[in-house]
Amino acid sequence: MAGIAVSSNVNGDHVEFLCQPEETLLDVLRDRLGLIGAKEGCGTGDCGACSVIVDGRLVCSCLVLGAEVEGSRVETVEGMALGDKLHPLQEKFLEHAALQCGICTPGLLMAAKDLLARNPDPTEEEIRFGLAGNLCRCTGYDKIVRAVQDAASVMKGTRP
Amino acid sequence: MSIDVGHKARDFKSVGTRPIRPDGIDKVTGRARYGADFNMPGQLVSRILRSPHAHARIVRIDTKKAEALPGVKAVITWADLPDLTEGDAGLYDILDNCMARGTALYDGHAVAAVAAIDARTAREALKLIEIDYEILAHVTDVDAAIAPGAPLIHNDVFAKGVHPQPTTPSNLAERSEYGHGDVEAGFAEADAIVERTYRTEQTHQGYIEPHACVASVNSDGSGELWVCTQGHFAYRRFCAQLLGMDISRLRVTSSEIGGGFGGKTHVWGEPVALALSRKAGRPVKLVMSREEVFRGSGPTSATSIDVKIGASKDGTITAASATLRYSGGAYAGTWADLGAQTAFACYDLKHVKSVGYDVIVNRPKSAAYRAPSAPMAAFAVESAIDELAGKLGMDPLEFRIKNAAKEGTRSSYGPVFGPIGIGPTLDAAKAHPHMSAPLGKNQGRGVACGFWFNFGGQTCVDLNIGADGTVNVAVGTVDVGGSRASLSLVAAEELGISYDQVKAVVADTATLGYNDTTDGSRGTFSSSMAIIRAARNAIAVLRGRAAEMWDIPVEDVAWEAGHAKAVGAGHGNLAPLSLKEIAAGASKTGGPVAGHSELVADGAGVSFSTHICDVEVDPETGATRVLRYTVIQDAGKAVHPTYVEGQYQGGAVQGIGWALNEEYIYGKDGRLQNAGFLDYRIPVCSDLPMIDTQILEIPNPNHPYGVRGVGETSIVPPLAAVANAVSNAVGVRMTHVPVSPPRILAALDAERGD
Repeated sequence: MAGIAVSSNVNGDHVEFLCQPEETLLDVLRDRLGLIGAKEGCGTGDCGACSVIVDGRLVCSCLVLGAEVEGSRVETVEGMALGDKLHPLQEKFLEHAALQCGICTPGLLMAAKDLLARNPDPTEEEIRFGLAGNLCRCTGYDKIVRAVQDAASVMKGTRP
Repeated sequence: MSIDVGHKARDFKSVGTRPIRPDGIDKVTGRARYGADFNMPGQLVSRILRSPHAHARIVRIDTKKAEALPGVKAVITWADLPDLTEGDAGLYDILDNCMARGTALYDGHAVAAVAAIDARTAREALKLIEIDYEILAHVTDVDAAIAPGAPLIHNDVFAKGVHPQPTTPSNLAERSEYGHGDVEAGFAEADAIVERTYRTEQTHQGYIEPHACVASVNSDGSGELWVCTQGHFAYRRFCAQLLGMDISRLRVTSSEIGGGFGGKTHVWGEPVALALSRKAGRPVKLVMSREEVFRGSGPTSATSIDVKIGASKDGTITAASATLRYSGGAYAGTWADLGAQTAFACYDLKHVKSVGYDVIVNRPKSAAYRAPSAPMAAFAVESAIDELAGKLGMDPLEFRIKNAAKEGTRSSYGPVFGPIGIGPTLDAAKAHPHMSAPLGKNQGRGVACGFWFNFGGQTCVDLNIGADGTVNVAVGTVDVGGSRASLSLVAAEELGISYDQVKAVVADTATLGYNDTTDGSRGTFSSSMAIIRAARNAIAVLRGRAAEMWDIPVEDVAWEAGHAKAVGAGHGNLAPLSLKEIAAGASKTGGPVAGHSELVADGAGVSFSTHICDVEVDPETGATRVLRYTVIQDAGKAVHPTYVEGQYQGGAVQGIGWALNEEYIYGKDGRLQNAGFLDYRIPVCSDLPMIDTQILEIPNPNHPYGVRGVGETSIVPPLAAVANAVSNAVGVRMTHVPVSPPRILAALDAERGD
């Protein structure tokens, strides 16, 4: 079957790709664009490991079709750092050891980035509910919550 | 050179600090490559067809239509995996589990597989495979499977450990027994006895990364396998044996691993992917779906456990016994045996007996899950301990302190304990502010203890010093949660250099000697022991090179704080040589500097933990909320304390999920009804409070730095800690985990006599 031609913006770059109608955005990112940061943990929108931001909205890329991002702006974990300067969330995830195996980390980073964009000063409870769509089986979430709290302080300028 | 591996007290410079892990940057930027993140030129996509029946004879498989579909490059059934197991029953079970040989034994059992040019073609091809099944009677419940008249799953299983061995087959695979003393005499001395039956449901390890591999077999009999695994050396051996390959000609690389918890110690689809690659003559990528992960890999046992414990009025346990029935899935396992060994390990008991029954049911083959089998036994025993304390009018923590095992105690499973941490964790719990914090309405507090053996095993490492004085350490244990950081710390400590100068990597099977699978909390314990020995071997080389540079006898060269120092009369004016200086001159003094070691890491120190849990239960809905949770555990020596805390927190939360929500739900048809993360609900961030931790350090006398494994014990107490807290909150003893809302409401209704 002929592919669908799609042009989109991924992490600030114009991209064009062909995809089949049933291909998800996650498939496109991983298999056609070589962006392997988003992971498939379930394929049903339950684990959040494939979280990316499309036109400012946090989505599970396994629930979005590749053909749907025509003309859209897609942000993935690969676009978080500016050159060699890590995003404060990336820095704080490392400092707090907010990852063990790290498979959920790209999705959690995108979810946390989205949360802090909407709510720069979240309470612990707001962080916990803001990240409730992202499963982590290793950490028990404690160090993830602390890393997000710390990153929020840095981004507000109240901490170095 | 002979090296003393016994523990010696010392001041640490690197060990005990909390640097950033070497693999961290790749993991926060999306560059880390896990099982599904690797591709080979010309690779095919594979899919596995699975039985929809719990128990069915495969009358006919016809793959002709699938094979004829354009784009399909290979279709295999069990006929493409000939039996090369040569009478090894365990290996045969692995083969049969990878692909059903005539009979599907559970819902999700693989029956055929395809490799095609893309996922769409592979999916289409699965639909074209025709199979006629003759449905057989099934049994999925552990107690029903050993009841009279139960459907027989294997006609060649005769219970082991039963004397005389039965001559008729049954679903009882093995009976095991541990203990000492005379429990009947002990119960006769008791003033109070608690006797109950407890149940736990089957749970999955729930690693977020599904099983994934890329397999490539060449026509000359060589091959490569890229795979997420906890044991690439074991995978190599199993795959090579099942496919008739030379072990040395199959190179297995362990990818970054997205969680394992024991579930990635067993081969599942890897032999299938290799067989497809061999048949198609091209590389094959196999990635399980989440549904396949639930139906076809993992889970741990469901259990049914009888416990009886008696004590005298002064709070001394006089006798304890348990009968433990564990489901092994469709194959014989040793899970009840482990439950029977661990059940009473926390206590100093004069009379104790535990009997395990390993039971075969029509469910997926049970796999190791973090301290396998211990959490269920601890749930039963720690629940009974709590209830018995209540009967005696004693504080449950004081009751445990009074009966705790100590140095010199003969354990319930045999060995005599050395220095151990159960008493200190209980004392720390008693002193912890959590124990005296006030509780509100509908709230309850529970405490529970846990034990795990820990394991050492075969271990091999290489330590190579570069020309600039930086160091690579190649290990064969897989990094499941920060061990490259802790192992780099150990290398830095022993060499006397900074953490920044060391980088640890996980080597593949062709570039390092054999390593046992990374299980039993052995990664940091055993690889650090090997690294210390390898570093000491490298230091011997470095001293020799310094001696040559100085032209003095090697006996006059000491190694201190990362430098060679000339000692003895006449060398006073020789400035110390740094590791970097010696490395820079290595090409002129004998070539590369390296240290190697291979050993069996004996002496893994046993591990104990005490947990404290507060919950609030909504009496209207039966919903439970964990309000506060504290983990206290002995680490021996915490090499990287932040990652030790992470192990404590992660294990506790897996246990909380098991205690409150997680369970495999089977229909009457024997099919799994909740094979997905929506209906099999693992804890999410908003379900939980912070998980407080307290690390105790009671040195392991068998490790140079005193290290004990820390990864598993943290999942042992939570089932009981949560259930005890819920029981105290609602005033009814909960005996069946998960203590989900329906079970709590049913217990409350029964109590009220509704």
